[in-house]
Amino acid sequence: MNVLANRSSEHAASGPTTRTQSPIVTGTTVLAVKYKDGIMMMADTLGSYGSLAMFKSLPRIHAINQFTLVGAGGEYSDFQFINKMLQQLTIDDFCQNDGAVLGPKEIFNWLGRVYYNRRSRFNPLWNQLIVSGYRNGKSFLGYVDLTGTHFEGDVLATGYGEYMALPLLRKNWRPDMTADEARRLLEECMAVLLYRDARTINSFQVATITADGPSISAPFQLQNTNWEYNRFIHPNATDY
Amino acid sequence: MSATGSGYDYSVTTYSPTGRVFQVEYASKAVEKSNVALGVKCVDGVVLVVEKPVLSKMVVPGSNKRIMTVDLHAGIAMSGLAADARQIANKSRQEAAEYRTFYGHAVPGKILADRVAGHIHTHTLYWYLRPYGCNVLLAVYDSDGPQLYCLEPAGTAFRYFGCAIGKNKQGASSELEKLKFNELTCREAVKELAKIIYKFHDAAKDKDMEIEMSWVCDESNRQHVVVPDEVREEALKLAAEAKQKEENESDSDNEEDEKSS
Repeated sequence: MNVLANRSSEHAASGPTTRTQSPIVTGTTVLAVKYKDGIMMMADTLGSYGSLAMFKSLPRIHAINQFTLVGAGGEYSDFQFINKMLQQLTIDDFCQNDGAVLGPKEIFNWLGRVYYNRRSRFNPLWNQLIVSGYRNGKSFLGYVDLTGTHFEGDVLATGYGEYMALPLLRKNWRPDMTADEARRLLEECMAVLLYRDARTINSFQVATITADGPSISAPFQLQNTNWEYNRFIHPNATDY
Repeated sequence: MSATGSGYDYSVTTYSPTGRVFQVEYASKAVEKSNVALGVKCVDGVVLVVEKPVLSKMVVPGSNKRIMTVDLHAGIAMSGLAADARQIANKSRQEAAEYRTFYGHAVPGKILADRVAGHIHTHTLYWYLRPYGCNVLLAVYDSDGPQLYCLEPAGTAFRYFGCAIGKNKQGASSELEKLKFNELTCREAVKELAKIIYKFHDAAKDKDMEIEMSWVCDESNRQHVVVPDEVREEALKLAAEAKQKEENESDSDNEEDEKSS
């Protein structure tokens, strides 16, 4: 034991300040597809407290303004926080009253910068967001996450949806899908997730953003779930 | 016209022997020659109407706005030094946004008026700051209903049923006093205010004017927005007609006088 050890070197080695981050109340998958009239998104309404299904009716898709929707998985309080920031951006636009209103691309970019900045300071907002919008006849669909990674796509998913739903979405997507077709595709993917993602419940919201603006449905249940599949009952059976 | 400051008017931190702070009074003078702004609190909301002189033909119509939105449910009309008033509007926006972050809902009218008036007042306390040279009409529609406040360079905020600021304010105020505030709706008020503006606008002596109108009322979903075109056009048309009729009547009175004499 060297009592003459240089104490300051211990401080130098500890690195930058960090906030230990692990999410507490979380949302799981959000799915989104471009369709004929705009974008359709779907998410369940569960806020999980670890493995406890604690809040069963949380809205995880939020309309920001006339042109934009944001859906979130991950830490729900961070989603609430970013929603408050986005609300203030919308109010600022309203106050300026100069004809310029933030569109989905601008909000997507802004979120990307905020999220990247937070990760760079080791204090992330623990979310995976989907930003969707429709403006001047054009659809917009983008993904932003806790690292600041951001990209656009025709079909997007967060959480378990990336693994289980995205392959199904990509296989079945066409650019000119009708609202019914899009809804059926999303519901099918949500059913798969309901079966296999252990942090879901059978309560969903579907949202659209079109030339008529945003529209978020009341929570609904999927009726066509089948828990009698052979492999649910006999996990090692070879016939499905 | 005004009492000479005679040495007690050089600094806002100096009282006169009669207890006046001349610099604050001089700040109010900046408003006396400036554009008229009118505000009325109605049963269903608040209306703001501002007459803006067109400084030259080179200025694009609609620039140099004298009405600014401060939050979803609140707006400001200004008279006096516009640049000063714009700072007050920015400060109001900050206060309203901060209140929303803190308390989670829209800032109530009296709290916003109080905070902004307090800010204006601080500019009368320090020798290195000059007082704001503008009057500001603050229209708010919160859960306590519609409210109208007038904020002055001294840092006072009074709540009004109807208020006129800028030039011809005495004449405009007496016209406002004729209105029945506990029955008046916003649609009616827009017409009345337009009439008052036209009445005191002297086409010969004053420059051309642009009129800005805004309201925050039930019809606008309690949001502070520009008055819709069809309401505005009708109000301006009726006001111009009323003015024309008054001029014709006074012309015919003059003719009769000439004939008899």
